[in-house]
Amino acid sequence: MATEAAHGAEHGEGGLVFHPMDQFIVKPLFGDGPVGTFTVTNVTLWMALTVLCVIGLLVLSSSGRATVPGRMQSIAELAYGFIRKMVEDVAGKDALPYFPYIMTLFMFIVVSNFLGLLPLAFTTTSHIAVTAVMAVAVFVAVTVIGFVKHGAGFLGLFWISAAPLPLRPILALIEVISYFVRPVSHSIRLAGNMMAGHAVIKVFAAFTPLITISVGVGILVTPLSIVAISAIYALEVLVAFIQAYVFTILTCVYLKDALHPHH
Amino acid sequence: MEGDVVQMGAYIGAGLACTGMGGAAVGVGHVVGNYLSGALRNPSAAGGQVATMFIGIAFSEALGIFSFLVALLLMFAV
Repeated sequence: MATEAAHGAEHGEGGLVFHPMDQFIVKPLFGDGPVGTFTVTNVTLWMALTVLCVIGLLVLSSSGRATVPGRMQSIAELAYGFIRKMVEDVAGKDALPYFPYIMTLFMFIVVSNFLGLLPLAFTTTSHIAVTAVMAVAVFVAVTVIGFVKHGAGFLGLFWISAAPLPLRPILALIEVISYFVRPVSHSIRLAGNMMAGHAVIKVFAAFTPLITISVGVGILVTPLSIVAISAIYALEVLVAFIQAYVFTILTCVYLKDALHPHH
Repeated sequence: MEGDVVQMGAYIGAGLACTGMGGAAVGVGHVVGNYLSGALRNPSAAGGQVATMFIGIAFSEALGIFSFLVALLLMFAV
């Protein structure tokens, strides 16, 4: 029975059976043509929605400038204060000129993570192409800031003067490698977390209609997988925020390294 | 025989790559556990170290994500 169900899945016979990675396919929004550079796809749609939500939350809600803030204005003010405090605490007061960029990153990531949690939504941050652009932008910006502010002194980041002299070249090699792995881990952490969580939800969702194939097995598996979907979804709500927080705080850490390269 | 040996190897490798997630789990648990034991000894200093804990979690988790990436590459790119 199980193999029959598996074969049904392979040939697409069962109406409800799907592949867990299907949700990440980039499709053109209009027609079925190939996806080119300027094709309007579902990624474009959900990114535009993200931007609209951020504008709605930050600009429209606070445009009234109420002294006693309403609900939306409170959220916007909380987010502003939260990120500003993070930048000050982690990267220092002299990092505040870069605060708008970090705030933009955080709002974009957190809103697109939460929009991706809606049923039938597309999670733009689950694509490494999207997160890599943000991570590489942070990497390039931080490197440029470091060299502009400190010149060749920025290389002191790799030459740890607190370590014993014979150890320093080895440490320098490790530091250089870990510096260049930063954009990779920075982007893959966010994309991998979002992709993995959503794929797990879909895997459990694929187990749910088992009761329509075999009542004996399904009576156990179906309620269990419905409970599992709810539990993983709750976890995903947490992960959606934590990953945006982690991405932002790592940006602050990298910025601190660029502003204060001496250990 | 359906498929070939290369595909079989890729699937087995993808499964083996997932063992790396166990290491990440141990690492994240270690970070949070140590944070908690420190926080309960000195609760007044705990609030300021939450950011540091999350940075530690992120670094430790990145390596688990790398193993997940290797599994994905083996499944879909090889």
